[in-house]
Amino acid sequence: MDKLDIKVLIKQVPNTSEVKIDPHTGTLMREGMESIINPDDLHAIEAALQLRDTHGGKVTAISMGPPQAKDVLREALGMGVDECILLTDRAFAGADTLATSYTLGKCVLRLGRFDLVIAGHQAIDGDTAQIGPQVAEFLGIPQVIRAIRLEIRGDGLLAERTAEEGTEIVKSTLPALVTVTKEANDPRYLFVPLLMAAFEEDAPIRVWGGNDIGADEAGTGLKGSPTRVRRTFTPSHNKKIERLNGMPADMARTLVERLRERKVI
Amino acid sequence: MPLFEDTPAERAFRLALRKFIAKEFTPYREEWDRNRAVPREAWLKLGRQGYLCPYLPKEYGGSNLNFRYVVIMLQELTAGDAMCIGVTNHNDNSTRYIYHHGSEELKKRLLPKCVTGEAIACFAMTEPGAGSDAAAITTKAVRQGDHYILNGSKCFITNGMFADIMIVMCRVESPDVDPKKNYSLLCVEGESLKHIRRHQFEKMGRHGQDTAEIFFENCPVPVGNLLGKEGEGFKYIMEALGRERLELCIKAQVYADECLKEAIEYAKVREAFGKPIGKFEHIAFVLAEVATEVEIGNTFLHACVEEFIRGEDITKRVSMAKAWIPEMCNRVAYKAVQIFGGYGYMAEYRIARLYQDVRVTPIFGGTTEIMNLVIARQLGFKPIF
Repeated sequence: MDKLDIKVLIKQVPNTSEVKIDPHTGTLMREGMESIINPDDLHAIEAALQLRDTHGGKVTAISMGPPQAKDVLREALGMGVDECILLTDRAFAGADTLATSYTLGKCVLRLGRFDLVIAGHQAIDGDTAQIGPQVAEFLGIPQVIRAIRLEIRGDGLLAERTAEEGTEIVKSTLPALVTVTKEANDPRYLFVPLLMAAFEEDAPIRVWGGNDIGADEAGTGLKGSPTRVRRTFTPSHNKKIERLNGMPADMARTLVERLRERKVI
Repeated sequence: MPLFEDTPAERAFRLALRKFIAKEFTPYREEWDRNRAVPREAWLKLGRQGYLCPYLPKEYGGSNLNFRYVVIMLQELTAGDAMCIGVTNHNDNSTRYIYHHGSEELKKRLLPKCVTGEAIACFAMTEPGAGSDAAAITTKAVRQGDHYILNGSKCFITNGMFADIMIVMCRVESPDVDPKKNYSLLCVEGESLKHIRRHQFEKMGRHGQDTAEIFFENCPVPVGNLLGKEGEGFKYIMEALGRERLELCIKAQVYADECLKEAIEYAKVREAFGKPIGKFEHIAFVLAEVATEVEIGNTFLHACVEEFIRGEDITKRVSMAKAWIPEMCNRVAYKAVQIFGGYGYMAEYRIARLYQDVRVTPIFGGTTEIMNLVIARQLGFKPIF
């Protein structure tokens, strides 16, 4: 197969290794928190770039989010992606996975012909892993989820994916949607000249709203989201720890006593 | 501690570099120290990502980045324990002489290789008998037809062992040039390298960094490899001196910051007499004093960086910074080791290595004493020495 047209779906997420939840409101404390590209999405970009480097073609990264989500698209350009679309519109705010998938799917259709859509398996903020499958459903194309290896064979796709036990090798026709996990590859570093070019005025990042992709407002944002969040909270961990001191023999005796009290032994 | 607020592009550059260093360099520092060398592959990796000579215009393979990116690179390489790679010398010192003073032929032939890492550059000025007294250099070049014949030796040359390109300060013997002012820069590379010998120094610290003694023995250098004009070598070096000293201050400031961080962290977790040692007034006050010194250094350095970027003459103030910040950095390292107690003397502790590494900072690039001389002259005095 020659010249692949690949779309990659990426998301800007809070760096959850630093994330804190406000105990009163149950919402993210965003103050001073760094935003990063979702880790699985780096592997999606790498998978797309490897296929492009082998077969030729073009990789387009698409992200939906506030204007500052442009940062992750710049990072994608720094890795070698050819062009980017930032989907940003007030009407997109408050979207659940269904509305997000609809919006991303409309954007893919708007861009015309494509062979592959690649996404990260899941995002570290929501952890739903629903976007990939839902976009595939919307587009009406086959999906391969949790792929760790991708190959173009003839006119189709050969992929290895992790399953409950071991891995499966699956074949698919194209176009198809694939989500990848971190086992898929080792994402390349940013290339300085490309990263710097991504900050130039003429960087290939198009900013589109709902009208640009012909989205029905009833399907986007809060309006298009059947999900209602009732409450978010940090589960409490009220574990008690008793530290045993003294000679080993005494500690062992106390330990056995405690285990008996709790009917463990 | 930031020296300035990064623009979004600078921030992206910094984070990308930090990630790269953390994965590719920091974990190997000890191995490279043991081997007394950094593998060539490390240079090629830097080149592949565009971190070598990024200041160069695009036509030579660079990214046309300004001085703020030099600052970011210095900060991240130092904080990430990657100073054993002489990349800042290559980027900000040696190759710049080719770019600013080399012929177009030389630039087109050599600079792209400096960008990819295929060629490592060094700058050779200091001699066994000429350190602070730079004018005392004796390495000599005599014109013979299309070549200069170079003889002499250089010492303490960063990147000297592995360099493919050497920028050598020498005296050119020529009827056209005053023998008192005949300092010139030659670019030694290619076939000429067959006529040199190198010897690696064993140092107190910075073991992974290649620091060499170089001997030139009837080494022929094509006339086209003269950088700029005969007799103007010193002028070219003086032009770059302010920037070079500023860069050394940035390194020393980051070292001070890292020593302080190590000490604070340790004082919080190390317990003695039933509580973390940071709770003892003596330790807490030492940390308070050290933190104040680091902050003062940072503030002054920030001012110098801003002045330099604005194109002002920083001779006096950068000499003050070079006279003060490296000394401060050594005081901080000394006190940090003291807070670590016995562990601070153990080589496996980062603070022990930092302590060794910072000792050279008040020496290289102009000693504290020479800096004071420059400052005194700026004040209108001519100290006798």
